[in-house]
Order: sequence, then C-alpha cells, then structure tokens
Amino acid sequence: MDGIHDLGGMSGFGPVEIERNEPMFHEPWEARAFALNTLGIRLIGAYNVHEYRHAVERIDPAGYLAAPYYERWFTAVATLLVEKGVVTRAELEARAGGGFPLARPAADVRPIRVTPSAQPRFAKGDAVRVRDIHPAGHTRVPRYVRGRRGVVVRASRAFEFPDLAGHALPAHLEHTYHVEFDARELWSDAAERGGTVIVDLWESYLEAGR
Amino acid sequence: MSDSRRREPEAPIAERVRALEDALEAKGLVPEGFLEKRVEQAQENFDPRNGARVVARAWLDPAYRARLLADGAAASAELGFRAANSEFLVVLENTDSVHNVIVCTQCSCTAWSVIGLPPDWYKSPAYRARLVREPRALLRGMGLDLPEEVAIRVWDTSGETRFMVLPQRPAGTEGWSEERLAGIVTREALIGVARVAAS
Repeated sequence: MDGIHDLGGMSGFGPVEIERNEPMFHEPWEARAFALNTLGIRLIGAYNVHEYRHAVERIDPAGYLAAPYYERWFTAVATLLVEKGVVTRAELEARAGGGFPLARPAADVRPIRVTPSAQPRFAKGDAVRVRDIHPAGHTRVPRYVRGRRGVVVRASRAFEFPDLAGHALPAHLEHTYHVEFDARELWSDAAERGGTVIVDLWESYLEAGR
Repeated sequence: MSDSRRREPEAPIAERVRALEDALEAKGLVPEGFLEKRVEQAQENFDPRNGARVVARAWLDPAYRARLLADGAAASAELGFRAANSEFLVVLENTDSVHNVIVCTQCSCTAWSVIGLPPDWYKSPAYRARLVREPRALLRGMGLDLPEEVAIRVWDTSGETRFMVLPQRPAGTEGWSEERLAGIVTREALIGVARVAAS
C-alpha cells in the first residue's frame, strides 16, 4: 500500500535530536507492549512478523504520525489479536474503560502462484530498474525507488516474499538484492552531491535495466 | 473493525496495554512470568555494547575484521552475539572516502543483537524521511559534518538483511586494550550518524 509508513524522501520534518543515555523503554507499558508481540507471534502463533509490519502500516495515517513508536507497535498487536479472533474489541474496550483504536482492515489480497527462480536472476554489477508497482496490500518496495534505475551491489539471500506473507498467504522464498541508486536518479536537481542510496529489494520488484 | 463510526474517547495507552494483557491472561494465554522474562532477555541481549565489542575486535585483529566483513552474523556469533532478527548481517566499513549510514524508511528494522533495539531518533519520522534524501544536511544537523569529498552511502533496511557500520578507529587510541576501545564506540557510530572519538 502507498501508506504513511513509507516515509523515505518526504519533506517538512524538522531536526532529529539524539537523547543522551536513552533507556530501552521510557514507560513500563512500552516494555509490556514489546513483550506482548513476542507472545502473539511465538507463543499464541496468531500471526507472523510480516503481518505485524502490515498491521502497523494500516494504522490511520494521522494516528500513525502522532503516536509514539510503541503505541503503534501495540495497536498493531491488538489489531491482529482481534482480527484473528483471539480477543474481541468489545472486551478490550470494556477492560480499558474507553475507546480502543485499531488499525484499518487489510486490502483483499489474493494468493498468487509464483515459480521462483532457483538461481538468482541478477548478479553483482547488473543494471536494474525497479518496477513501478503499487500493490494494495503489504509490500517492501519503497515509493522513492519505484521506476528508478540502479546497480546490484550484492546478490543477497532468498527470503519469504513479504507481499504474500504479510497477508498470511503461502509465501515462497525469493532472492533479494542490494541495489545502489545514485542520489541524482532519485532526487534529480534536489540531490546532494556525491551520494548514493542502497535499497534491499526482492527479485520480483526488479526488471533488467537500461 | 473500521474506525469510521464515532467512538467514545480513547482509553489511555497504559490502560489499553493492561486491558489486552488482562484479556489474554483471563483466557490462559499468558504463561506465568513470560512477559517479564522476554523484557529481561531483551535488556540482556539487545545491547549496543555488543556491537562495540565487535568493532573493537575488528580494529585490533585484521583476520577477525576480514571475517566480519565477509560474514557479519558468523563473526558476531564468535563473540557470543547471536542474531535475533539479524540472520544475515552485513557490516559496512567506513573509510577516508566513504561514509556508511543506516536507516529503515518503512519501519525501524535494526540488527538487535549488535546495535540493540533502535533508539527513538532512529524511529522518528524525521530521520526516516530525511536521511535518504538529504543525508549530508541531516548528519550535519546531528553533529556530524562530513567533508564534501567523502561519499555518503545510505543503506535502507527495506528487506531482511540487517546492517551495522564498522566506524573508523580514531587517532590517539594506539596501544589501547580491546575493552577500552569498546568503551568509546557508541550506538550512534554503529548506525553511522556519529564518528568515534578518542575520549
């Protein structure tokens, strides 16, 4: 989905401040929220990490930017546990004594049959172009590289295809590539001098370049 | 589960977390001590001091440095830091002419076993939005002013590979022990938004 989470390249944000001696968790509830996700994935087995990421992406855009990190984290966990029927929203609202925001529903993504290539289709040094795709559901191809040309700097390992795994659909293993883009290819005249960006992309996001 | 209909005011986040925990407990889904143990385990294992030790070893031992650059996960595991969500760890070496820096524009993926859970600034929309577009200006604002002749390579953690920066060893640290060297390597240097300073 072309969601609010896909922030790369957006303008309008302010400075980034580093907090000295930042603790791992700022509030006790953050630590509990962190651990509840482990419970949901590993112990209850209600969902996988790709579905978790997608549930964060499905949070209302205004709420996404306003909420602290672990609040987004928690809203995704609660959303998935409600969607999977482990708990109900009504019981959560009753126990919390107030409204209980959840993420918006996922798009209706259908299983696709993919015959993954046994051997990587691209090699180090190959020119590639990112396909200009706009999947309705979960995907890991950032908007700022779609349609852009780059060069493979590492033919990496094969990992589960997130666009399917993010919807609990059977996901094949697919080769991934670290693709380097010149800053000018991405940002044109607005690019800083002497910079590149390397993005980690699944094979089906790419086509041969040039 | 749409949010479209008007609802009563949101319960505070701490109440919502407690409510979910209680609801799961009432169904017998939370084994005694599970959540506490998970938090303790995170605090013990996801620590940037792990990455600092890896860096210090690489500065002192050229053979280890070569192994680290060839296979980051295996070399970190040699020191006892086994990947949690960083099954494939690629270590990026900073040099006089190339500076590497890491981001995750779509969420906040990090190599937990060596960098730790990501700090707030790494997770902020500002960092995620700006680094891929204006790294030099952003880093300058964060206190790292890189000379024009140094090329900046920004690594977006958009897949399952995890990254860690191998920063340059600062001058003035000749003869230092591994422990003392590890003591000056910060989380910020492992991500690439700071240099290591000899103090």
